Amino acid sequence: MSSEEQTSLQEQQFMQKINAEEKIEPKDWMPEKYRKNLIRQISQHAHSEVIGMQPEGNFLTRAPSLRRKAILLSKIQDEAGHGLYLYSAAETLGISRDEMIEALQSGRAKYASIFNYPALTWGDMGAIGWLVDGAAIVNQVSLQRTSYGPYARGMIRICKEESFHQRQGYDIMLTLANGTSEQKAMAQDSLNRFYWPALMMFGPHDSESAHSAKSMEWKIKRETNDDLRQKFIDQTASQIEFLGLEHPDKELKWNEERGHYDSGEIDWEEFHNVIAGNGHCNRQRLEHHIKAHEEGAWVREALVAYNAKKQAKQAEVA
Amino acid sequence: MSDTIKDATIEYAIRLGDDANVLGHRISEWVSRGPFLEEDIAYANVALDYIGRARMFYGYASELTNDGRTEDDFAYMRDDRQYRNLLLMELPKEDFAYSQVRQLFIDIYYSLFLPELVKSKDDTLAAIAAKAIKETRYHLRRSRDWVLRLGDGTEESHRRTQRAVDSLWGYTHEMFELDDTEQLLADSGIGVDITQLRDEWHRQVSAILTEATLNIPEDGWAVRGGRIGYHTENLGHLLTEMQFVHRSYPGCQW
Repeated sequence: MSSEEQTSLQEQQFMQKINAEEKIEPKDWMPEKYRKNLIRQISQHAHSEVIGMQPEGNFLTRAPSLRRKAILLSKIQDEAGHGLYLYSAAETLGISRDEMIEALQSGRAKYASIFNYPALTWGDMGAIGWLVDGAAIVNQVSLQRTSYGPYARGMIRICKEESFHQRQGYDIMLTLANGTSEQKAMAQDSLNRFYWPALMMFGPHDSESAHSAKSMEWKIKRETNDDLRQKFIDQTASQIEFLGLEHPDKELKWNEERGHYDSGEIDWEEFHNVIAGNGHCNRQRLEHHIKAHEEGAWVREALVAYNAKKQAKQAEVA
Repeated sequence: MSDTIKDATIEYAIRLGDDANVLGHRISEWVSRGPFLEEDIAYANVALDYIGRARMFYGYASELTNDGRTEDDFAYMRDDRQYRNLLLMELPKEDFAYSQVRQLFIDIYYSLFLPELVKSKDDTLAAIAAKAIKETRYHLRRSRDWVLRLGDGTEESHRRTQRAVDSLWGYTHEMFELDDTEQLLADSGIGVDITQLRDEWHRQVSAILTEATLNIPEDGWAVRGGRIGYHTENLGHLLTEMQFVHRSYPGCQW
């Protein structure tokens, strides 16, 4: 058999597995583009968890009650943990964490654009948990069925924790919305600023999405951007109503025939602008990450040196 | 419980709550700033333990005062002159070596203090201590490992760690001093006689520093005052940040 014939046979077997809803595992053969596509998506997801610690970390030291501070700490701890699983999942595809971090810091790899919006008030801790984690869950629930085994299993674990994050965010909003008029205004302001960026988290319209078609065929992605976004719009409408806040989308209207809400158009210019690196916090987020990484260099070097000394001592004894 | 003992116990719970609250705040400043991701997780975890401890101690103070003040009133509505934490807790986070050396000093301190507090005749204090011991065991394993690695790592890590030991040493003395309030509680079997723990603390710290190839500083320089509200200039800034949102919207639920 020629190598071309062999590749095409492997590709057939690979597609058969995908079509039979079997998981692809690290040692299985996979097309190079499938591998690259997954590395891009999983590392982007890992980076999002890690960069996402910054806007919330920004309010840890100002949390207005000890109870809220404890919850926020626990949430951020989960996020760092998610970052770890996801980096590990990506490593099974033959890339190292160092390489992924380098790609993040040089701007080649992306993270969720939502974190390029500033967290300005305590209300934003509510809006981020409720809307940002909420949008992430809608996407991640569908990714529990993604075709790559380590990613799918990671998602199952992550989803359980994310739903706690969303509930705590909504609980902050509920407390604010039922609080003083100033607190209610704080909640409304946070909702207004985070609603549209949360919708943008689902990515461009399906017709515009660069990676969508192939990702759907390979079952990396299980539902389209627009379908997932619609789910989120539908579930959020009643939650906003329950809070007694004004909906930021003035065109939102129930469509009986479709069984969904119709909504106003997203500001795609803003979307592309933030992705291109021109959002409020793009530079700040990367600089923060690079600074921490550089300041930690001597610690990582010490660790290596200490372990080497220890090994040398053990070798001497043996 | 006599009024004198009760007042002393309230003061004690507030002191221990302040220690945990202020240190938890400092540790939380590391989140997203660690040398690698695993350390961010560890920092968040340790900070969470301390905030949890602060809530338990303040919660007990609130129960005993029974005047409507909540845990948050103790944390958010007192100024630096009213705070009673040890000075060591409020010092800035500085670099990784500084934070780990501070943590080592504190972890060894608690690993001696908490097993004594577990024997307290006050059931609530004993129960809080029992929970905290488990956390401290894990904290100590981490800070001990780090001080060994950093002290005996590279030239730079050694220099930074020695500098941290030298700057922090003067703040460790007040950990082992008893005032009348704590003497009364120690005599009544409620509080811990911390003067009895000093030699063992010194022995354990010295053993680790020596193994880490670090020098043990001379005892000449000592700073004290945390327990009477005579703080370093750092605490005011820390509280300004901590209390800003809470105080900007008085009387709100969060």
